[in-house]
Amino acid sequence: MSLLEVNNLCVKADNKNILNGLNLKIEQGEVHAVMGPNGSGKSTLASVLMGHFGYEVISGGIWFCGQDLLRLKPEERSFCGLFLAFQYPIAVPGLTVEHFLRTAFNAHRDKKGEKTIKPQEFRQYIQPELELLKIKNDFLDRSLNDGFSGGEKKLLEILQLTVLKPKLAILDETDSGLDVDAMKLVAKAVNHLLKTKIAMLVITHYQRILHYIKPTHVHILTAGKIIESGNINLVKKVERAGYRQFEIDNVKE
Amino acid sequence: MINQYSYGFFDDIKPIYSIPPGLSSRVVEEISFIKNEPVWMRKLRLKALAAFNKRIVPNWGADLSGIDFQAICYYLKPSERQESTWEKVPEKIKKTFDRLGIPQAEQKFLSGVGAQYDSEAVYHNLKEEWKKQGVIFLDMDSGLRAYPEIVKKYFGTVVPLNDNKFAALNTSVWSGGSFVYVPRGVQVTVPLQAYFRLNAQNMGQFERTLIIAEEGSVVNYVEGCTAPVYAVDSLHCAVVEIIAKPYSRVRYTTIQNWSNDVYNLVTKRAIAEEGAIVEWIDGNFGSKVTMKYPSVFMKGRGSRADVLSLAYAGNGQHQDAGAKAVHLATDTSSNIVSKSISRGGGHTTYRGLLHIAAQASNAQSKVKCDALLMDAQSRSDTYPTMDIKTCDAQVEHEAVVSKVGEEQLFYLRSRGLSENEATGLIVSGFIEPIARELPMEYAVELNRLIELEMEGSVG
Repeated sequence: MSLLEVNNLCVKADNKNILNGLNLKIEQGEVHAVMGPNGSGKSTLASVLMGHFGYEVISGGIWFCGQDLLRLKPEERSFCGLFLAFQYPIAVPGLTVEHFLRTAFNAHRDKKGEKTIKPQEFRQYIQPELELLKIKNDFLDRSLNDGFSGGEKKLLEILQLTVLKPKLAILDETDSGLDVDAMKLVAKAVNHLLKTKIAMLVITHYQRILHYIKPTHVHILTAGKIIESGNINLVKKVERAGYRQFEIDNVKE
Repeated sequence: MINQYSYGFFDDIKPIYSIPPGLSSRVVEEISFIKNEPVWMRKLRLKALAAFNKRIVPNWGADLSGIDFQAICYYLKPSERQESTWEKVPEKIKKTFDRLGIPQAEQKFLSGVGAQYDSEAVYHNLKEEWKKQGVIFLDMDSGLRAYPEIVKKYFGTVVPLNDNKFAALNTSVWSGGSFVYVPRGVQVTVPLQAYFRLNAQNMGQFERTLIIAEEGSVVNYVEGCTAPVYAVDSLHCAVVEIIAKPYSRVRYTTIQNWSNDVYNLVTKRAIAEEGAIVEWIDGNFGSKVTMKYPSVFMKGRGSRADVLSLAYAGNGQHQDAGAKAVHLATDTSSNIVSKSISRGGGHTTYRGLLHIAAQASNAQSKVKCDALLMDAQSRSDTYPTMDIKTCDAQVEHEAVVSKVGEEQLFYLRSRGLSENEATGLIVSGFIEPIARELPMEYAVELNRLIELEMEGSVG
């Protein structure tokens, strides 16, 4: 049984076909990169995996740890061990980062039958993760993503990832908006997590992030379909000649 | 659940006095007679009644057509004697307060409690040190008996008896409320707290509060209301008057949570003299209809008004609330933050007035209205009136209507929060700027209230 198995997934949004028979298999500890041009369906894939309401699954299936993911609510998918680092994290004014993080963390512990962490102990509890990402304590007092820079938002996504420790993390365009230093911090945290057999699905337009997070598998997504899969060499191919070469191949088929 | 009022219990205490329902000069005279009031107050009441009868029910704002003034009971007295210690408070009444959490609150936070049970205060305790400082904190009836000169000097000077129909009604039938006097230079560090509660079917509550802060004094007055549920429409019609003398600072905090059948029509007004600061913090939950616009008349140079208000309207509720800032002197400034939440077909209205008079040069004002709509059936309107007679005023106005976004919910849910939890966090975040200004136990209660209101929000 694979960790994640996507079979012939067809998805519509606003009456438009976005994913057209997508297949993907991810095993524990693997790092999959899905690359593709704008509008190829990359973010739709991420959203559908996490259970976003705005999409209609026409056919196909998604299995995660042997469970039919399409039957589960977003929070249930989270409890199963799925995590999405958002491309555009959402602001919730007045809700502090700490309160949010603690509530989510304790929801997971509660689900697993573990004791929840008291408010006064929580900061101490996540100190290693904060240090890993060089996040200062006062960051936790701010309103969730409210007035954050692009880089701060992405760092917070990775902080959530390291605190919640899922089985599969989807990174949706995590490198956009990150400067080199922040990118290195993210890479350090992600690579640290990879030692724990976590699997990753890295969705990206550019190859930059893949210099820091080495994929074991690379897929090219165009027009809602994975049209080529391979190893890291595929990244170089994109780097040399862009995505158009694949589209032309596609037409020839 | 929104329609199941959480504090909707009531007990069966028999009032010692009860005047039959209805409003007439006889009823007004009877009230004054029972209270053994000075002649001037009785005359004032009767004059106010005449003003009430002359005025029509306002036809702007919320729908008030459901009020039957003759079906309402205007006076009720549960126990005869004013109680001075907690031990002497009747057991039944104690039990009611117990369920409202008052004794615990007292142990932890309160230093003085003036609680109004029906129309009279039954419990009153003021710290010795305040007495020494000359601070007066009494229910209004006792205040009138003990300090008739002070009351006579200020009563009705901020809200005249003919100010509006409901102020006239309150002036004619008022009972209870608080009387606070803070002498010159005295800083009251612990909030003065009072709890109000309706407890007789179909009876109105007409409390009258008067706060006088002498020069350079500081006082923070806090009140909270909860009421039992009744099927028949009920009326709460209060008047609050604040006189903030030069360089004084008065903060008045209210969290009201009336049951869903109450018409809540309150006139709150303050006069700020030179350099004085008046702050209204006003949270309105529950009720069928609320009309309330805390006002500050900045009469003295350099005075300041801060109004922070929160309104929550659920199914069948209309919260028509806002603020009025009246700049009458130079270098005055006002800051109004109004937040509203509408859910399940609830209706919130922000109705505000900013008036800057010709002589009020160098005035500053900032008005911010945030409305949160929880669903497509709910409604929110904003009516900000601005009347500015100077050229050098700095005025900012901002109005934002937002929805509890599907994207916000999805984001929080993707981390393992249920839809209810996520909604609760979003709403708590929305009201956080107000919650953080409240005394601790009120902030806790407010958050509990929000949680309660959000339960079952997912259909």
